[in-house]
Amino acid sequence: MLSGALIVVLSFAYVGLLFAIAYWGDKRADAGRSLIANPYIYTLSLAVYCTSWTFYGSVGRAATSGIGFLPIYLGPTLMAALWWYVLLKMVRISKEHRITSIADFIASRYGKSHLLGGLVTVIAVLGIVPYIALQLKAISASFSTILQYPNSLVTDAPESLPFLQDNTFYIAMLLAAFTILFGTRHLDASERHEGLVAAIAFESIVKLVAFIAVGLFVTFGMFNGFDDLFGKAAKIPELNALLVQGGAAGNYTTWASLTVLSMLAIILLPRQFQVAVVENVDERHLNKAIWLFPLYLFAINIFVLPIAIGGMMHFPAGSVDADTFVLTLPLSEQKTWLALLAFVGGLSAATGMVIVETIALSTMVCNDLVMPILLRWKFLRLTERRDLSRLLIAIRRSAIVVVLALGYVYFYLAGEAYALVSIGLISFTAVAQFAPAMLGGLFWKGGTRLGALTGLSVGFLIWLYSLLLPSFAKSGWLPITFLTEGMLGIDLLKPQQLFGLTGLDDISHCLFWSMLANIGLYVAVSLWRRPTAAEHSQANLFVDVLRHVAAGSGPKFWRGSATVADLQTLLGRFIGPRRAAESIAAYARSQGMTGSEQLSANAVLVHYVESQIAGAIGSASARDMVASVVDEEPLALDEVMAIIDEASQALAYSRQLEQKSLELEAASKELREANQRLQELDRLKDDFISTVTHELRTPLTSIRAFSEILSDNPGLESAQRAKFLGIITRESERLTRLINQVLDLAKIESGAAEWHPGTVDMRELIDDATGALSQIYRSRGITLEVQAPAGLPTVNADRDRIMQVVLNLLSNAANFCDKDDSAVTISASCNETALRVDVTDNGIGISEADQAVVFEKFRQVSDPAAGKPKGSGLGLAISREIIQHHRGRLWVSSKRGLGSTFSFTLPLSPAPA
Amino acid sequence: MIRPTLKGQRLAALFLLGFLLFNYPLLSLFGGNTRIWGIPLIYLYIFVAWAVVIALMALVIERKEH
Amino acid sequence: MSAAPQVLIVEDEDSILLSLEFLLRSAGCGVAAARDGDTALALLAQSVPDLVLLDVMLPGIDGFELCRRIRADTRLQGTRVVMLTARGRESDLQKGIEAGADAYFTKPFSTRELVTRVRTLLSEPRSDSPAQGSARGST
Repeated sequence: MLSGALIVVLSFAYVGLLFAIAYWGDKRADAGRSLIANPYIYTLSLAVYCTSWTFYGSVGRAATSGIGFLPIYLGPTLMAALWWYVLLKMVRISKEHRITSIADFIASRYGKSHLLGGLVTVIAVLGIVPYIALQLKAISASFSTILQYPNSLVTDAPESLPFLQDNTFYIAMLLAAFTILFGTRHLDASERHEGLVAAIAFESIVKLVAFIAVGLFVTFGMFNGFDDLFGKAAKIPELNALLVQGGAAGNYTTWASLTVLSMLAIILLPRQFQVAVVENVDERHLNKAIWLFPLYLFAINIFVLPIAIGGMMHFPAGSVDADTFVLTLPLSEQKTWLALLAFVGGLSAATGMVIVETIALSTMVCNDLVMPILLRWKFLRLTERRDLSRLLIAIRRSAIVVVLALGYVYFYLAGEAYALVSIGLISFTAVAQFAPAMLGGLFWKGGTRLGALTGLSVGFLIWLYSLLLPSFAKSGWLPITFLTEGMLGIDLLKPQQLFGLTGLDDISHCLFWSMLANIGLYVAVSLWRRPTAAEHSQANLFVDVLRHVAAGSGPKFWRGSATVADLQTLLGRFIGPRRAAESIAAYARSQGMTGSEQLSANAVLVHYVESQIAGAIGSASARDMVASVVDEEPLALDEVMAIIDEASQALAYSRQLEQKSLELEAASKELREANQRLQELDRLKDDFISTVTHELRTPLTSIRAFSEILSDNPGLESAQRAKFLGIITRESERLTRLINQVLDLAKIESGAAEWHPGTVDMRELIDDATGALSQIYRSRGITLEVQAPAGLPTVNADRDRIMQVVLNLLSNAANFCDKDDSAVTISASCNETALRVDVTDNGIGISEADQAVVFEKFRQVSDPAAGKPKGSGLGLAISREIIQHHRGRLWVSSKRGLGSTFSFTLPLSPAPA
Repeated sequence: MIRPTLKGQRLAALFLLGFLLFNYPLLSLFGGNTRIWGIPLIYLYIFVAWAVVIALMALVIERKEH
Repeated sequence: MSAAPQVLIVEDEDSILLSLEFLLRSAGCGVAAARDGDTALALLAQSVPDLVLLDVMLPGIDGFELCRRIRADTRLQGTRVVMLTARGRESDLQKGIEAGADAYFTKPFSTRELVTRVRTLLSEPRSDSPAQGSARGST
């Protein structure tokens, strides 16, 4: 028997710890160092799915149906695999449109409909209140169990306590305080609560650790492992039946419908939407959560059946409520601290759910139920109020208190008729009604507001009639004849055997009828009429969210005019003037402007402001608010259709166009380059021909002139005659040489030249060359020095061609020498890779500019002072071609007035023939 | 940014696999009164299948695409 | 034409220069020779020849430029210019005429035609606008 004071202190201390964590988390978020910006915290916050239903209720369920508790966790595991498509879309859409609740989401999808948002809110509140009551019931039960054990009864009777002495009441109040403090600290468009999420993640750790601790204790402390536990259970027939599927575990229909139900619940429950979508920091966190979250569910479920079986074997049948086994088993073994840990674990499971659920519901109630109504009541003149942010916070806080109070009242009055799990399933079935509108809206553009409204209403009514009202009847609020004889005594209207349908459990029965009506009407009514312009534009934004780029998608469907000041004032009324100014300035900066004064009120700004306001009061109201300051021209459906068609066609075309234009660009660039090359070649060819022509005409001119002179002047004296004939001969030789060289060069350049490679001894070659030219050198008085060391390696080359080069260089050197003490040196040397020959003269030298062009065809170094250079101007060009053919290099180094050195190398490695 | 790629399709396939493994008729194959290592077959089957599905999901998510 | 007409030959090819000198001396002209544009300008500054025989391709100032300078010089208004080029391009012919040449011969030329043309030019007083069509030399 534990002291009541200890339990109370422990509970309050635990909630106090939550306060501390939440406070810390908020501080860190304010400091920009987010505590929750990682996939692990995200996954743990998703585990708010596991409530006291999981912590206490699963064991209770397992005690009556074996593995029948499992579909509730298998469903979310399966859905997690689809998160990649479903949840990602929801997160992306919500971030783009600043959607803060599931009501807002559905309302926004169907043309920002107030009616739809309100309906979703009402269903959510009615559906979830029993669920909150379930948590309060669990907290209350755990209190009395741990306080009164071993005197506890099968079920406790909290009614026996006036509520002021009921700890549950105080816990509820404490939770309200916590939620108000950390859930509505300030209004923010993103509606995220970092501290709160941190606290929730912490709770998820606590409940997992506590549950596994109890499981380990039962399995390995009270029994000797799974083998022992299940072995003993097998000997008891009623327990053995639990371990066989199809026995007490219920039929496969129930199994399947619970799987489907929990699949839907994991994305549609307001608290799951809150943590998974609204509180999501980064959509990449989704990745890891896809497998980590199922792993969490897996871990927390391993010991459910062992605890249930263990409890049933430990306690005499019916003496202890199976829902309390997690607490009573440790207590019965005098493991006080383990019991306290289990108690705290249960508390964490319950409080986590209550906190997040009430925040989610309060946001919905405020944004989608109260504000639209208040804004509509003209006499309140709300639309003219300067600052609505305080009013909004007040509404949210009231909503939190009211929701918690409703839960408490439900718990206080009706909590006894059902086990924990059954109450939870009623809530699951309620939120499952959102599925057609939600999933249909995500993937089907054809769904309309009226379709969603009709399906949702009728599905909800069927839920009300076949599940909620029967629960009231069972609690004694309604005459039980409602159940047994049907409404007004009509047999076909028996709530749980509607139209005579039998053979299904009440959840499957309700799920079948409500979904049949809901989906059927959603589809049928949607198809009945064409969607309006607003519906169509929203449908496109939602369904195609993964396709378009984040920015600029929204305001495409908007046309109108407004002023920046009006928009800022409007925004200020909802989030406070200071924050509004900051927000607009931040927007201006994001657009690359220095301040808000540079902004113009275009569609993008209007969309931005609308989404900011949407965070505070919901998308539907935000649209109305913005419309009040913006002179908006409504778009007709065909205009929207035209925009969409245009956009999608443009997209397809632009891809093709982009492709084509890239190809064209590449092709035209090639063409341009080819053309340039051609022009260049053409110019070169023209130049060459012109130059060749010039070079040919010059000797021809002399030849013709002197021939005619000789012919016209037969009486010329013989000396002059001989002189003229000599000129004719020389000029003819020059012509021949030129023609040969042009042909030679053309052959080498075109690759048609014949090469005769062989072994060349450079020393011998130089000797031959100098021998051939010695006459000329001697006649001009030029000294020729040869420096060719013995033992030079031979090279593989065309000897005649190399000789041609050496002769060319030597005769050039002679031509450049004009001084009296002219000297030319030819030297050969070699290193390990190449043989090198240098021809140095001490002549006039070549200027830097001329050095660059001296190897070009017909580019002779012309020096007025030196007179007309001799030679055709092709010699060096040919020499360079020859040396390059041998993979060598020919170059010149020279200083004006100091002579030049022409050098070439020939590689020692075998040159190609 | 997450892009729906081959990963998404693999996950969808895992969803189908899980749905088959966790439902009638496959489930009924393991409903008998058999024990392996003392653990009831159905209990063992579900948890093993569950672990396999989770492991495959982890594999699909964490595997680096080349 | 009291004395022998004076002709300035501007040509950088020795053999061609030699042949032109011989031809014009034989035709009874006084001949001066320059191997490049600058020398030619120096000679022109000292005396005014009756005719300049001008090669286009010259080291330094080219023939076209020299022709333009002669035409720009008021002292040389009476001087005829005959241009010789080894580049038989239409554009060169055009350039020669624009530069103010009185006749234009493409190398190799007929010595008889050249001498005849020089004689004709020397016998006529020079008009300021030379006959365009007559500028074409033989080939």
